[in-house]
Amino acid sequence: MARMKFLCDADRCIECNACVTACKNEHEVPWGINRRRVVTINDGKPGERSISMACMHCTDAPCAAVCPVNCFYTTADGVVLHSKDLCIGCGYCFYACPFGAPQYPKVGNFGSRGKMDKCTYCAGGPEADGSKEEYEKYGANRLAEGKLPLCAEMCSTKSLLAGDGEIIAQIYKERVMKRGYGSGAWGWKTAYRETIES
Amino acid sequence: MASFGRSVRLALGAWALLLLVIAVPAGAQQVNPTASAVKEQQLLQELNRIQGRVSIPDQRSGVLEQPQGREWREFRNVTLPWIGGIAILGMIAAIVIFYLTVGMVRLEAGRSGRTIVRFNAFERFVHWLTATCFIVLAISGLNITFGRPLLLPLIGFEAFSEWSQWAKFAHNYLSFPFTLGVILIFLMWIGGNIPNKVDVEWAKRGGGLIGHDHPPAYRFNGGQKMIYWIVVIGGAVVATSGYALMFPFYGTGIEGMQMAQIVHSIVAVLFVAAMIAHIYIGTIGMEGAFEAMGSGEVDVNWAREHHRLWLEEQNARTGPNDGQPQPATEAAE
Repeated sequence: MARMKFLCDADRCIECNACVTACKNEHEVPWGINRRRVVTINDGKPGERSISMACMHCTDAPCAAVCPVNCFYTTADGVVLHSKDLCIGCGYCFYACPFGAPQYPKVGNFGSRGKMDKCTYCAGGPEADGSKEEYEKYGANRLAEGKLPLCAEMCSTKSLLAGDGEIIAQIYKERVMKRGYGSGAWGWKTAYRETIES
Repeated sequence: MASFGRSVRLALGAWALLLLVIAVPAGAQQVNPTASAVKEQQLLQELNRIQGRVSIPDQRSGVLEQPQGREWREFRNVTLPWIGGIAILGMIAAIVIFYLTVGMVRLEAGRSGRTIVRFNAFERFVHWLTATCFIVLAISGLNITFGRPLLLPLIGFEAFSEWSQWAKFAHNYLSFPFTLGVILIFLMWIGGNIPNKVDVEWAKRGGGLIGHDHPPAYRFNGGQKMIYWIVVIGGAVVATSGYALMFPFYGTGIEGMQMAQIVHSIVAVLFVAAMIAHIYIGTIGMEGAFEAMGSGEVDVNWAREHHRLWLEEQNARTGPNDGQPQPATEAAE
């Protein structure tokens, strides 16, 4: 089985935000929630880099570990998903997440935050693949159709890579070798406890 | 004019060529665009978080990475259950052992049949308001920490989630009357709860818990004063930290909320342990104690044994009729 991961090649990201837009459109993500965002570090200074970030689908995911109702599960592809039927909106996953992935539709409303929403790696949720219920709660299930996450597919510079961890790591290594530099696989150490030599 | 323009162009061209010739050796030394690039590990070491600019309206999403959730996870999944387990089970064990060895603290002189008002209706209302809120808050709060390992396997995912959802709502909304109760308790009983010399004597004699000792006390003895300050200070801390969690990002970031959760949960489990002791002594632990918060009137002999100075104060205030010499007084002293 594949172990699905994201990898953002920060030396290629041009902060066009196409991944953000593609995600919002594909899953009809409500106002105020961004499952993916592009963060620019050292904006306007030498060495500026932009990184597209969403849920990294961590190995031994902290969100799943701290959830009081155990609503998370990891698929055979290593994708971390959750059940909105079980979620009580307590906010614990969002305290534990290193990447700010979990979000709530009603932040600040007397603690009734509503059901948590996050990137599903375009893999839907516990409902039947491609069903109407699944789409309404979690958005499209592209993985079940044999497609990769739309953010990475849409990436104009192929900066954002999605797919089996070993394959995308190999692609990144080849790039680094060819061009002679690379600022590393952002978030990999935190998410997967490993990094790509560059 | 045209020839002047041409010569200018020529001069510029020559200048540009000259610049290029100078620049080529420098350019040949392989430009590394990442030489000054930001490095993830370096940024993490500096600040333990990586933050940048985002173009979407949600500026909080500018935090790219903050791995300290790992330490919080360790606290939430390992440290807190240990602290809570030891505090609460330890308290229950201590009480069970105490009850089995020493038993209920009896009224030594028996009941006199005459009563004295200890808590008026308002005081009792505030007490029970706070107490009922506290019990619901304690159970729903403990559910967040201990529910997943203990209750979920018994009742299954759906039922546990449903119960936890209601428990969370109860926890959030009952925090308001609870906070009100704590504030009222603070104002209402502050007068009798300032520590003084009598408490030192009371503490030296172990509160009279062992044997048949009855160290004198005013309206509130040293132990009750401790409970009072645990409620007031503990209540203030859990309320403040709880509201920080209920209103995310109002004055706190993620680290602030992790800290608030740590403070909230540690104080809360200790609070629960202290209240278990309070409930014990107010019910099966001491004969005649529950009436104080039940009917509001305690037996005069109970007052004499446990709050002698207070009884004397009350008698002095209410006049000679109630302060008539009673044979039991002489016998006891």
